[in-house]
Amino acid sequence: MDDFYRDYILDHYRNPRNFGTLEKPDATAEDLNPLCGDQIRMDVAVAADGTVSDVKFSGKGCAISQASASMLTETVKGMKLEDVARLSKETVLENVGIGISPTRMKCAMLGLRVLKSAAVGSIAGWPDEE
Amino acid sequence: MSVRTLDAKAARVAADFPILQTTNSRGKRLVYLDSAATSQKPQIVIDELVRYYAQYNANIHRGVYEIAALATDAFEEARAKVAAFIGARTDELIWTRNATESINLVAYSWGMTNLEAGDVIVTTQIEHHSNLVPWQLLAAKTGATLRFIPVDARGVHVLDDLDALMRGAKLVAFSHVSNTLGTIAPVERIVAAARKAGATVLVDGAQAAPHLAVDVKALDVDFYAISGHKMLAPTGIGALYGKRELLEAMPPFLAGGDMIRKVEYEHSTYNDVPWKFEAGTSNVADAIGFGVAVDYLRETGMDWIRSHEKEMYAYALERLAPFEKRGLAIYGPRDPELVSGVLSFNFADIHAHDLASILDTEGVCIRAGHHCTMPLMAKMGWPATARASFYLYTTQADIDALIDALERAAVVFKL
Repeated sequence: MDDFYRDYILDHYRNPRNFGTLEKPDATAEDLNPLCGDQIRMDVAVAADGTVSDVKFSGKGCAISQASASMLTETVKGMKLEDVARLSKETVLENVGIGISPTRMKCAMLGLRVLKSAAVGSIAGWPDEE
Repeated sequence: MSVRTLDAKAARVAADFPILQTTNSRGKRLVYLDSAATSQKPQIVIDELVRYYAQYNANIHRGVYEIAALATDAFEEARAKVAAFIGARTDELIWTRNATESINLVAYSWGMTNLEAGDVIVTTQIEHHSNLVPWQLLAAKTGATLRFIPVDARGVHVLDDLDALMRGAKLVAFSHVSNTLGTIAPVERIVAAARKAGATVLVDGAQAAPHLAVDVKALDVDFYAISGHKMLAPTGIGALYGKRELLEAMPPFLAGGDMIRKVEYEHSTYNDVPWKFEAGTSNVADAIGFGVAVDYLRETGMDWIRSHEKEMYAYALERLAPFEKRGLAIYGPRDPELVSGVLSFNFADIHAHDLASILDTEGVCIRAGHHCTMPLMAKMGWPATARASFYLYTTQADIDALIDALERAAVVFKL
């Protein structure tokens, strides 16, 4: 597990990308991981063609949840909202690029769960547990 | 007694626990610092469970054959042992699943009968959810209100306005020892103030009975809740002490077999206390295991356990001191006299969950999160803490392993 904490993960944890909130988001969602209390909010702005024109996340939590969310915001800019709603666990795992232990999987998936919730307008299930 | 002498005994104690002889999948020795969540089990407790199922498993109380009598005797003997362990009379000890169920039993049976709109329930700001949420539910159902004894930034109870807080109190419910910070509550002072107000007193002893010599009669409490699994017994068995006259007056909590005297189609009369509160087949095996666990604790010596845990806490503080210059924050009273075997902390900008994951790779088991005390965490402004907790089998070598693992975490996080 300790080899998870690579430079780019720590960099996203300490310098999260797209961190903050949007003044007038077209979609927003917020949730917490009941296991550890990690919190994430995602604000999404949607362009006329249905693509994500801007995204910001805010929250607090462990390096896994915060870095995963930070990397995810980079992934989904320009993506169609309907495709965001269909993103799977694999996207996050590819982003972080290294195995996550089962006990920490929910930390890694929190950002995706919240982003998908924003995309579908209601709280989505845990990715790949739906 | 020197640390060395105490530690030698702890090493002998640790040898009685088979799980402490194991290694993790990376070949690291298991360093178990999460006894506040659940304790490990000595071989004699495990052996008795096996012996029960292999040699005298039978339902209790009504069987007429030999093994049924053996099981009944062992079950009731275990009740006597656990009752004696906390200074209770045998007929004042009810078996439950755990301290949570014990507290809920009081909330539903005593609370629903005795509380009404306008009554006050006093608890504290440091409670585990198990000694808070039942009272929230009870207050919502009865119209009673909740009041909280505050704690200061160290997690120590602030008693300045105690008498004012107690005005109108019908029930005072508080934990003997905090699971998050290890704070030992000033039981005598709170009980005295509660008595002056005429309130009934419940103490959540889940974190106290495993670590301190407890005498419910000397403490003069009305109810005392304990969990077996935190004190060397199996999971799924706990107990509630209640003063006899209160238990007699309370209606049953769960209904069914074993809790009745005579049943007709329209009406039933109930069994005597404590069986009135034990509907259905009890957790016979684990109750018997609980009896063996308290035998082990008594023989090891609760006074020794307390002094050993104080030594381990003091030793951990001493070893952690150099880390404080590197961003380590220690929470809680930081005084071995005021703390029972729990050390909460955070290390620089490493989130507690990441810290627990890194320590896990070194074989060191700690807990991270809100520890089921979300209101306390919010009050203190801690999103999460890491918690190491100590018990009778904790050795200096375990704390040294914790220190080494923290060094590893500093490397991983490039502190």
